[in-house]
Amino acid sequence: MTRINVTVDGASYSDDVEPRMLLVQYLRERLGKTGTVIGCDTSNCGACTVHLDGTSVKSCNVLAVQADGHEVTTVEGLATDGELHPVQQAFHENHALQCGFCTPGMIMQSIDLLKENADPSEEEIRLGLEGNLCRCTGYHNIVKAVQAAAGGSR
Amino acid sequence: MTVTDEVSTGSTGGPREVGSARRRKEDQRLITGRTKWTDNIQLPGMLHIAMVRSPFAHARITHIDTSAAKSAPNVVTVLTGQEVSEEQGVLANAWPITPDQVAPVHPPIAVDRVTFAGEVVAVVVARSAAEARDAAELVDVDYDELPAALDLKEAAEDKVLAHPDLGTNKSALWVFDSAEAGTGGAVDEAIDKARTDGIVLEREYRQQRLIPAFMEPRSVVVDPTGEQITMWSATQIPHILRYLLAATTGVSESKIRVIAPDVGGGFGGKLQSTPEEWITFLAARRTGRPVKYTETRSESLMAAHHGRDQWQRLTLAATKDGTVTGLKVDLLADLGSYVSLVGGGVPVLGAFMFNAIYKFPAYQFKVQTVLTNKAWTDAYRGAGRPEATFAIERLMDELAHELGVDPLEIREKNWIKHEEFPFTTVAGLEYDTGNYEQATAEAKRIFGYDELRAEQQRRREANDPVQLGIGVSTFTEMCGLAPSRVLGQLSYGAGGWEHASVRMLPTGKVEVITGASAHGQGHETAWSQIVADRLGVAFEDVEVLHGDTQISHKGLDTYGSRSLVVGGEALVKAADKVIEKARPIAAHLLEASVDDLEFKDGSFGVRGTDKGIAMADLAAAAFTGHNLPDGVEPTLDSDATYDPVNFSYPHGTHLCAVEIDTETGGLTMRKYTAVDDVGTIVNPLIVEGQLHGGLVQGIAQALFEEAVYDDSGTLVSASFVDYLVPTAADTISFDLGTSVTPSTTNSLGTKGVGEAGTIASTPAVVNAVVDALRPFGVSDVRMPCTPERIWKAIHTGGGTEPTEKDAMPHFDENDVADRTDGASA
Ligand code: FES
Ligand code: FES
Repeated sequence: MTRINVTVDGASYSDDVEPRMLLVQYLRERLGKTGTVIGCDTSNCGACTVHLDGTSVKSCNVLAVQADGHEVTTVEGLATDGELHPVQQAFHENHALQCGFCTPGMIMQSIDLLKENADPSEEEIRLGLEGNLCRCTGYHNIVKAVQAAAGGSR
Repeated sequence: MTVTDEVSTGSTGGPREVGSARRRKEDQRLITGRTKWTDNIQLPGMLHIAMVRSPFAHARITHIDTSAAKSAPNVVTVLTGQEVSEEQGVLANAWPITPDQVAPVHPPIAVDRVTFAGEVVAVVVARSAAEARDAAELVDVDYDELPAALDLKEAAEDKVLAHPDLGTNKSALWVFDSAEAGTGGAVDEAIDKARTDGIVLEREYRQQRLIPAFMEPRSVVVDPTGEQITMWSATQIPHILRYLLAATTGVSESKIRVIAPDVGGGFGGKLQSTPEEWITFLAARRTGRPVKYTETRSESLMAAHHGRDQWQRLTLAATKDGTVTGLKVDLLADLGSYVSLVGGGVPVLGAFMFNAIYKFPAYQFKVQTVLTNKAWTDAYRGAGRPEATFAIERLMDELAHELGVDPLEIREKNWIKHEEFPFTTVAGLEYDTGNYEQATAEAKRIFGYDELRAEQQRRREANDPVQLGIGVSTFTEMCGLAPSRVLGQLSYGAGGWEHASVRMLPTGKVEVITGASAHGQGHETAWSQIVADRLGVAFEDVEVLHGDTQISHKGLDTYGSRSLVVGGEALVKAADKVIEKARPIAAHLLEASVDDLEFKDGSFGVRGTDKGIAMADLAAAAFTGHNLPDGVEPTLDSDATYDPVNFSYPHGTHLCAVEIDTETGGLTMRKYTAVDDVGTIVNPLIVEGQLHGGLVQGIAQALFEEAVYDDSGTLVSASFVDYLVPTAADTISFDLGTSVTPSTTNSLGTKGVGEAGTIASTPAVVNAVVDALRPFGVSDVRMPCTPERIWKAIHTGGGTEPTEKDAMPHFDENDVADRTDGASA
């Protein structure tokens, strides 16, 4: 067991974790942050995407101990004072989700994408989301939502 | 998208909810992570399961040593099939397609023999998932490997038996013949005639094996504490699941509660009763503690059911001018090692759709279902209908090519004209409405069909290394499964009705309970729109409940594009009953005669006066019961169970343009236009979303996905590294258009949209690929049309496989003289 100190969605936690525990397992099982989900075992689907110190990572690809001393943001920490993040709002407005299982990862990745490139082309959006799989939407409305969020923040 | 004026909105005259692009109610919790996936559930003292799965496709289990696993830290118990064979129940097939269907018994945990790689042989139950997984490694299983039946065609010849004790791999032969059914002529006569004086096309097509690949892995939690045993499962079918658990385990149905909480996609893949559910149920009952099992993605790809996997042998007869005269279909369908819940019913669902929108006078369909040592197959988005649509739409292109005419022209020549509806097809179905001309004209306009054809011509003449291909698919499908009587005739084990309840709460809010079970479709939103219109209440005041057998006690769940068409109609009927129950109470309180009342905008008014009373006040009056007319029940709550009278028949015209680099085989999709007629549109946003997602799944079959087994029966594509679910970078944005002919089989006029995109798009894409390669003599590319296959097709000149030769021996080996040669055209 190793002791870690992490900030998740603004709250600080101190826990003893097994060295092999993945960050996504820590978030889900220890902190009850079940908004972040697991869709694969090969780091392909992106469903588990969160921000580590403001940059998107696949949390199934990071050990909980590696988050020690860092700040994690999940989809549950995006809305402030009941106000949705613009990307969350854009997903809703553009019907960019159906079952919603990929959605937390997609939103986190989209925010990161827009941080890197505030005015992406359709192609840049598609390439930027390549590591996140969605089986429901065919990506059409996800791309539209990211475009809308980019337009809105301009 | 637009909505016609023919929408029925009940008695209100206010602004209509039906037809408006309401943003979804269910989004709020999904975009903020306040979700309830099965895997989120944690209960006090909960145990966790890890499965030990067979690495072999076919083997006898000679010995299982569980002692090391049992003594591992925090392991509670280890179960083997031998130990639990009496109590584990069986997995049922609900649709024996013929009375003599051969079907092996399917135990949740294999007892003495494993029949596919991935089958469960032992189950470890421990205090944590990690400890269960660690201990699973310690279970020592001895196998005696047996020869495995892997190749579908070889399996059909019984060379190697998937289940030696059954004596054959052939499960069932199901036949429809229009001459026997009295719905058309004799197909062999039509083919004979065409051989001497017409056109005969003989083709063989492959429907590769696919994996539904829903994003949420399957998960199940069973809590045996309390009076009812509660199962949460990532399922599409909580009601059917509850029934089957009771029927096969001996536990009373009334002691079982099944809940489908948030479910992360299904696409038919969660239309199943699974070994994992039965095992978790068993483990919970044995240990008396809550138990959870969540599969890994690799387990999901390996052991959750697969889809498609057919060989299709086809003969189409036509006159010299291209009028179709007969269609003969011969399928081999791979069941995998067990006959699943729907099983052989999947190809049978396609039996009525091969003739599609065309006026074939004679038709024959045969399917031989075959057992192999691979994962079982069952419904995958479209279930039977994509296979049928692919075959006929590929054939229509071949016929056009044979005659040297535009593929849309040959279709128009043969399709049912809009003034000919209702039309009874050669398969015996009555298509109620449709307008293929209108949808096609609109699709051509949006696509820029004539311009793209001109560009194609220019590039061909210039020998451009990048060639343009244009693919067409004018499809229909049968939705709204299904009239119970028809299901009975087909020997399906249940009915096809749906149930709805409307509860009028004393505060004026409305609770709607539906027997459909959404997993991404947006029922909460669409059902709210329907009720808001019907009862004149606010959209926001309607709450839709579903997916819990203790709340929604009656239902047949969600699949086959049935929820809106069947479940929506049940809802309309329940809402109308509420109005009728409220009417005498309104008359009493308004001191008027019932005959003088009219219901409008959520209120009863007395004709010719300004007196009126709102639905909310009537709900409150019923709740207090203080002042009701004599003999009137103090409630407005109403139920309805609706059994559809017919299927519904959405249709559409899909056009696809691809560019193929003939030097590399690389493919780029340039444009995809779809004009669909799904009847009345309740919510255009949801309809478009269903189409987008459906299109990508159909395109994925054409270009990317295939479940591949190696020679020993191991699934090679058992992770997302190898099973190529398309990413955002693999796909394009789509141009959608609408054409609306409301269905006459339900009062809203809806037709269903869940599967349309998937059914239509696969042949549109493959037709585009073949169209681009026609100058190279290519007449077919097997799916998925990978760059390698495309390159080979170009460089071997001619179809990648000589499909005509493969199809021939199946029909008439002696008469080959008049065969038209599509393969070398
Ligand atoms: S769970 Fe699939 S990438 Fe992390
Ligand atoms: S919305 Fe279902 S996987 Fe993306």
